[in-house]
Amino acid sequence: MSGLALNGLSYRYGAKKALRDVSFSVAPGTFCALLGPNGAGKSTLFALLTRLLVSAEGRIEIAGHDLARHPTRALGQMGVVFQQPTLDLDLTVRQNLRYFAGLQGLGGRETDARIAEVLGRLDMAERAGERARDLNGGHRRRVEIARALLHRPTVMLLDEPTVGLDAASRAAITAHVHALCRDEGLTVLWATHLTDEVKATDQLVILHQGQVLRDGRAGDIQGGRSLTELFLDLTGETA
Amino acid sequence: MRRGLTALRAIVLREALRFLGQRGRLVAALVRPLVWLLVFAAGFRAALGLSIIPPYQTYIAYETYIVPGLCGMILLFNGMQSSLSLTYDREMGSMKLLLTSPLPRWWLLVCKLMAGSVISILQAYAFLAIAALYGIQMPWQGYLLALPALFIAALMLGALGLALSSFIKQLENFAGVMNFVIFPMFFLSSALYPLWKMAEAGRVLHSICAANPFTHAVELIRFALYATPNLPALGWTLLALAAFMALALWGYDPARGMMRRKG
Repeated sequence: MSGLALNGLSYRYGAKKALRDVSFSVAPGTFCALLGPNGAGKSTLFALLTRLLVSAEGRIEIAGHDLARHPTRALGQMGVVFQQPTLDLDLTVRQNLRYFAGLQGLGGRETDARIAEVLGRLDMAERAGERARDLNGGHRRRVEIARALLHRPTVMLLDEPTVGLDAASRAAITAHVHALCRDEGLTVLWATHLTDEVKATDQLVILHQGQVLRDGRAGDIQGGRSLTELFLDLTGETA
Repeated sequence: MRRGLTALRAIVLREALRFLGQRGRLVAALVRPLVWLLVFAAGFRAALGLSIIPPYQTYIAYETYIVPGLCGMILLFNGMQSSLSLTYDREMGSMKLLLTSPLPRWWLLVCKLMAGSVISILQAYAFLAIAALYGIQMPWQGYLLALPALFIAALMLGALGLALSSFIKQLENFAGVMNFVIFPMFFLSSALYPLWKMAEAGRVLHSICAANPFTHAVELIRFALYATPNLPALGWTLLALAAFMALALWGYDPARGMMRRKG
């Protein structure tokens, strides 16, 4: 089974349980929105998925590779966009991407062709020579998404990638990633606390206090209600 | 194997590009040791009499004595700065990017250390060049042999910083590191005064200085600069490197959760 599969994942910080028995899977070519309020455990889940943390309980499979047993193979199949900015602001876009290519073991002439290709896909081709510092927030994010595609991963993880962006950039980036998923068959896990980023046809996993409350097609889960309403009901938060 | 070397090259290149991009950084890195050399040492010359001890074969001026120690100081500051900056929020993202690369984590950390060491060595050589212009010259073989010595010392001090960054969460600002790590390590070493001078001051002080890994790193650099072998200094520095590296790798073990507090 390719795509992404989590089975019985738990994690605790000391006595506090951050994740309890989290299980869900994302089929190849699916856009899965991981929706949860702040503190739901999304960041812990991302840390486990990217192996920044390791849990003794549960199992993670990325594109068919067990993350605990074959970490480098699993990580090699994964593109990640972190919540924190990760571009070197004093380097150009191209230098940033070359650095990442090197980390992935890519070198030589092929790298520059790939850089042009991924930047083109995110409409950033003409920005390759600019310093990251001179780009606005939305464009920096696009470069980070382009970078995450450089090694042709089959699974893409994005941890609240639109935080701090204006409405237009947010819509553009959400649309870009949906398109990647549809056109390239990429498996996407998109963490967010913003309900308007989820489409009715997306898979939706609602995480609250470290537990999965709902897992299914967003349209089915909503059942005619607005997602915001449902989300606030489920998580017991008031707007 | 090839992937690992590609990654190493990328990491070193990034570090170099960042260093060259921040023009002020080289100047700032050189000002500190130069103040010690041109001001402190000049003032102290009269107060401190040095006898002839290896590797020196004649009487030397105090300025000449402290040059290797100031090289060590450059490596010490850089090692702490580059490793500890990893725990700051600003750098947290790039550390995550590094650690999620599809390579063994120990290798990624070694690459990071090597990259930091390369930058430290460039600064040390720039300092040696200025010292030479000022009139403190070493035999030419010394400048060559200093390269491996500086590299080993830089790795050791960088590994210490890396180990500290994974354990000591409170040391998140540089002032704390200065007070509790850099100053004690620097002053309780042979960087500013030979160990026999310390013995005159007290046995306990002398023992602390003799056990300080920084003392051995400085002596390693000092003897290399005069093309004289010093196997004990080499041995102790390598041992300290191995110990700090092991500690750092343990500290960054994902099962221990170095990202825990940011979770």
